[in-house]
Amino acid sequence: MRKIANIFWLGTKELRSFSHDFVLLGLVIYAFSFAVTMQARSSAQELHNASIAIVDEDNSELSRRIAQAFLPPYFKPPRMITEADIVPKMNAGAFTFVVDIPPHFQRDVLGGRRPDLQVNVDATAVVQAGLGAGYAQQIITAEIAGFMSKAEHTQLSPVNLVVHIAFNPNATTACFSSVMGIINDVTMLAIILSGAAIVREREHGTMDHLLVMPLTPFEIAMSKVWANGLVITVAAGLSLYIVVKTILGIPIAGSIPLFMVGVVIYLFFATAIGIFMGTVARSMPQLGLLYMLIYMPMNMLSGSNTPLESMPHWLAVAVRISPSTHFVSFAQAILYRGAGLSVVWPRFLATATIGGLFFWLALRRFRSVAARTT
Amino acid sequence: MTGHDRRLAARLENVGLRYRKVVALDAITLDLPAGCVIGLIGPDGVGKSSVLSLIAGSRQIQSGTVQVLGGDMADAGYRAEVCPRIAYMPQGLGKNLYPDLSVVENIAFFSRLFGQSASERAWRTAELLHATGLTPFADRAASKLSGGMRQKLGLCCSLIHDPDLLILDEPTTGVDPLSRRQFWELIEVMRSRRPGMSLMVATAYMEEAGRFDWLVAMNDGRVLATGSPSELKASTGGATVEDAFIALLPAEQRAGHKAIEIPPWRNPDGHPVIVANDITCRFGDFTAVDKVSFTIGRGEIFGFLGSNGCGKTTTMKMLTGLLPATEGTALLFGQPLDATDMTLRRRVGYMSQSFSLYTELTVRQNLTLHAHLYHLPAGKAQARIAYLVNRFGLADYLTHRALDLPLGIRQRLSLAVAIVHEPELLILDEPTSGVDPLARDRFWELLIELSRDQDVTIFVSTHFMNEAERCDRVSLMDSGRVLATDTPARLIAARGAANLEGAFIAFLEQASGPRIAPVAATTDHADQPRTRVRRWFSPRRLFAYTIRETLELLRDPIRLSFGLFGTALLMLVFGFGISTDVNNLSFAVLDRDQTPESRAYLEELRGSTYFIEESPLIDCNDLERRLKDGAVSAAIEIPPGFGRDIARGRPTWVNATVDGAMPFRAQTIRGYLEGMHQTYLTDPAVRTTVPAAPPPADIEIRFKYNQDFKSMYAMVPTIISLLLALFPAILTALAVVREKEMGSITNLYVTPVTRIEFLVGKQLPYIGVAMINFAVMCIMALFIFRVPLTGSFPVLLLGALIYVTTTTAYGMLISAFTKTQIAALFGTAILTVLPAVQFSGMMTPVASLAGSAQLMGRAFPMSYFVPISVGTFTKGLGFADLAPDLVALAVFVPVLLLLNRMLLRKQER
Repeated sequence: MRKIANIFWLGTKELRSFSHDFVLLGLVIYAFSFAVTMQARSSAQELHNASIAIVDEDNSELSRRIAQAFLPPYFKPPRMITEADIVPKMNAGAFTFVVDIPPHFQRDVLGGRRPDLQVNVDATAVVQAGLGAGYAQQIITAEIAGFMSKAEHTQLSPVNLVVHIAFNPNATTACFSSVMGIINDVTMLAIILSGAAIVREREHGTMDHLLVMPLTPFEIAMSKVWANGLVITVAAGLSLYIVVKTILGIPIAGSIPLFMVGVVIYLFFATAIGIFMGTVARSMPQLGLLYMLIYMPMNMLSGSNTPLESMPHWLAVAVRISPSTHFVSFAQAILYRGAGLSVVWPRFLATATIGGLFFWLALRRFRSVAARTT
Repeated sequence: MTGHDRRLAARLENVGLRYRKVVALDAITLDLPAGCVIGLIGPDGVGKSSVLSLIAGSRQIQSGTVQVLGGDMADAGYRAEVCPRIAYMPQGLGKNLYPDLSVVENIAFFSRLFGQSASERAWRTAELLHATGLTPFADRAASKLSGGMRQKLGLCCSLIHDPDLLILDEPTTGVDPLSRRQFWELIEVMRSRRPGMSLMVATAYMEEAGRFDWLVAMNDGRVLATGSPSELKASTGGATVEDAFIALLPAEQRAGHKAIEIPPWRNPDGHPVIVANDITCRFGDFTAVDKVSFTIGRGEIFGFLGSNGCGKTTTMKMLTGLLPATEGTALLFGQPLDATDMTLRRRVGYMSQSFSLYTELTVRQNLTLHAHLYHLPAGKAQARIAYLVNRFGLADYLTHRALDLPLGIRQRLSLAVAIVHEPELLILDEPTSGVDPLARDRFWELLIELSRDQDVTIFVSTHFMNEAERCDRVSLMDSGRVLATDTPARLIAARGAANLEGAFIAFLEQASGPRIAPVAATTDHADQPRTRVRRWFSPRRLFAYTIRETLELLRDPIRLSFGLFGTALLMLVFGFGISTDVNNLSFAVLDRDQTPESRAYLEELRGSTYFIEESPLIDCNDLERRLKDGAVSAAIEIPPGFGRDIARGRPTWVNATVDGAMPFRAQTIRGYLEGMHQTYLTDPAVRTTVPAAPPPADIEIRFKYNQDFKSMYAMVPTIISLLLALFPAILTALAVVREKEMGSITNLYVTPVTRIEFLVGKQLPYIGVAMINFAVMCIMALFIFRVPLTGSFPVLLLGALIYVTTTTAYGMLISAFTKTQIAALFGTAILTVLPAVQFSGMMTPVASLAGSAQLMGRAFPMSYFVPISVGTFTKGLGFADLAPDLVALAVFVPVLLLLNRMLLRKQER
């Protein structure tokens, strides 16, 4: 009972301190509002505004028809260049795609001679190149088919493929990146807030003060977990309802309360690792450097930015230990695919277990380290 | 000391200064005579430091005029001309020194700042080291010097260029009395060698001020009085300077002040509260506390007297259980000390050196929080808080935040908080440092009341002699050892000294043997080389910063390993982790047809290297469930009658469902499936009844530069660019802000070093570090990731060199706007990561970005290095192709340098 009271009262102190730290407050608001909308609107992972040029050596109705078919928002209006320009312009990175329509293209198509049409793709623009090549192929095929259908009747293929994209029919980036943005912010802030809370107490000498009072390290650490966790849970929840659902108008399939339960469990882990780092670092700058080295991989490799399947095996195994991977995975399952507790509980359990481990490590270091800095 | 002549060292007229809303100086007018020792006296925060920093030219003048050595300090030209004649030692022991550098390296740095040649540096250093007795410690790091030695080193660094005006801001605060005495002897020697030199000293020790030639008494941003010590004493009728100062204070501040009387200690024979037996504390090979023993009785006021860093704090921490004792035993209330014993902790109150309050909380919140944490019953807590507020005079401040309280009030609040639970023992670590004499006396009245009326045992540490004299018994401490413990009177008697200070000095001398006395200069150095200070540019001053920065970096293992291995670590993780290749995709099949035709269709999928097949789906529910929990990324459903329809030539449909949670992956999967479907249709091996008509034209997709279309070939060179943007920027931003935070930025303000010299000098080592990073990452790219370098290496190298010059300069730009290291760190990270990842062609080519985003990308150097890095690694390009990017990058260098010069201040505001 006393323990709970202590944890409660220490936590209220934490909240009061936090509400006076305008820099951190600003960081939280920025991270959960502006940063989320910006990521949602960045279109970094879809074909958008790709630069394209056309070398029209045919100058026929068909070639002009193809040139006019590349439309925004996927492509920028195509630029007409000469064949000699292809190499220098592509070397300079001016165009990601160059369509080369050979001479007599229309005549050969109509004559059934199957002429070659070349699409040059700058394969170093990895995201656009892959998606754009497919698009370009479809567009050109459709245009030729359309042109031909005027000339002769075409018949339906014997076998047809219909591809549905489940959970996100238009495959828009905003839907994905806004929620992933929130997830990354949760990790970032939980570590910074709790780590900084520990280092600040040590730098101000108040940690000594706490340890001399009848309080245990468990109570001190737990108070930071709940107070910082509460701030971030509230911020993440508001961000999901207000920014994602209302402002960005993104449909959310699953249960937000269930997701918030997951957030709380994940926050236990993230604040615990923050506290642990706070006990390792001797000063704020050291905490900052340590944070960069731990947060960046945890964030970049969680599956919130790039697919996990393409990692080498050893790395894929390693990131599977990281709770941030579990977090991303259950967030996608709950929010996009509407999964329930029966599906996600193993990931909840894994996150909580690893969180407990770091919490225990932090407690072990607490007393021995706290007093040593002056 | 010599009498002063009529010339003026400095003249201040109507000088005002405010820090935001706080008035630091209120229209001060002051004439300071030359050729003598001038003392500025008064407690902390009354404006002494502000006056000195204005005279030194380190702080910008806000209003009024400041004339120093006959010229106007508002004129930047005159400041540059006069600064070689002034030396300034800011407040805080060795604040302008560099703790990681050795004694000679520190002196050499200052010598280079004044452009001295190697030969001049050699004779000057030797002479100063000899005069101060530091010669045996020449190679010791400044951080490992004792307070007294650090002070002497500060003096060496100040005197390296023979100044006409020496400004010392609280040079002796927190130093033991023997070192203090030696310091003043040394100053006398130095003055005898340069008789014309003027000296200005700020001090909080009133007894020290008695020997200065001329005093300025200050309070609350105003000058109370000026004159020689005897004049001040005569005009106020005080016996000492301290009495005179108190008499000069405004009446309302003096109200209620009376000389302190201490009733005798009632029962010196009760049970001892603390018994320390040979307690020792070691950190590595450093012994902080060496076999300290003492006994403290109930109700006693027991004092620890000693300099900063002599082990007072460590001893106190051991007795509170914060630090485990390496050796020895301690008994508290007759029980062995146990850090986990909660009932013991309830009987102790502790006030640490730094006023351990939550400064964001109000007075009332601080008190109630502690009452809660000690579990006082609600009613009792209220009564107790009411009593404390009343007794400690806090009623007017209840809703003020602790941060906004004057120091004296804050200290009373700290004490109130420490005794909220009525402890039997109070441990107070330097509770009164920095507080004015009146507030100190009020604080002691409270301590005496607690001890004498309530039998609270008080264990207090201090470096003020007059406070030590009030204790029942005192331990004199030096370098981790207790020299003597007894009542002040008996200590004085034992040494036959006039006062406690004399006794302490005698004990110190006995413990350490005779110290090396300062020596006057014997040789005449008239024929030695002396350098004239160059006004505009001096490579020596530039390299002073380069050498120092390099040494510091080499001795800071955290920053160094972050700088050298951080990039390698992240390169490894990102290089393998950030991949836009979509493969190893899991799919499952719901084949409702199970005919040779359906198997033929699926064969196309099964043969693909992109897909891995999971166990077949049972029904629609299974399909939905497995997509939901992410077990499969795609599900293929073949309708019943698929084979029959093909046989009859009726069009039939295959359904594919793709997990759209990650849009990029979903689109790519759709592309793969459609591609495979096309292959199936035209595959001559597949015997569908009617072969589809051949397409009218062949569309050939040529992936240039990267035929296998593996993202690693593009990502690895891009990641090199990203990490070279991030890390060098963070390191330089930290390097500049660190100087601001530590206070050594003052050296830029008060020495002839120019801003360009400072900026470039500090930047060079980080360009070196960044180039090492570049080399390591190139080797990793070639041998770990096996990305071949197909283009010109010299172009890549040149590009990288220009690029890291711009990114280090970018870090400096950010440091211009940040005050703390943590802000610099996160500021740089946020301002670098966003443009680097989003707008510099990492994922999306810059050419494809929309208006403002493209503008942001074009204004960030990484946009121009990505083409160079990717171009030389993957595209096989050379100088001719990349010249425009190299030129664009090169333009950033002078632009950023000039911008940085503009934003860096040569004076503190």
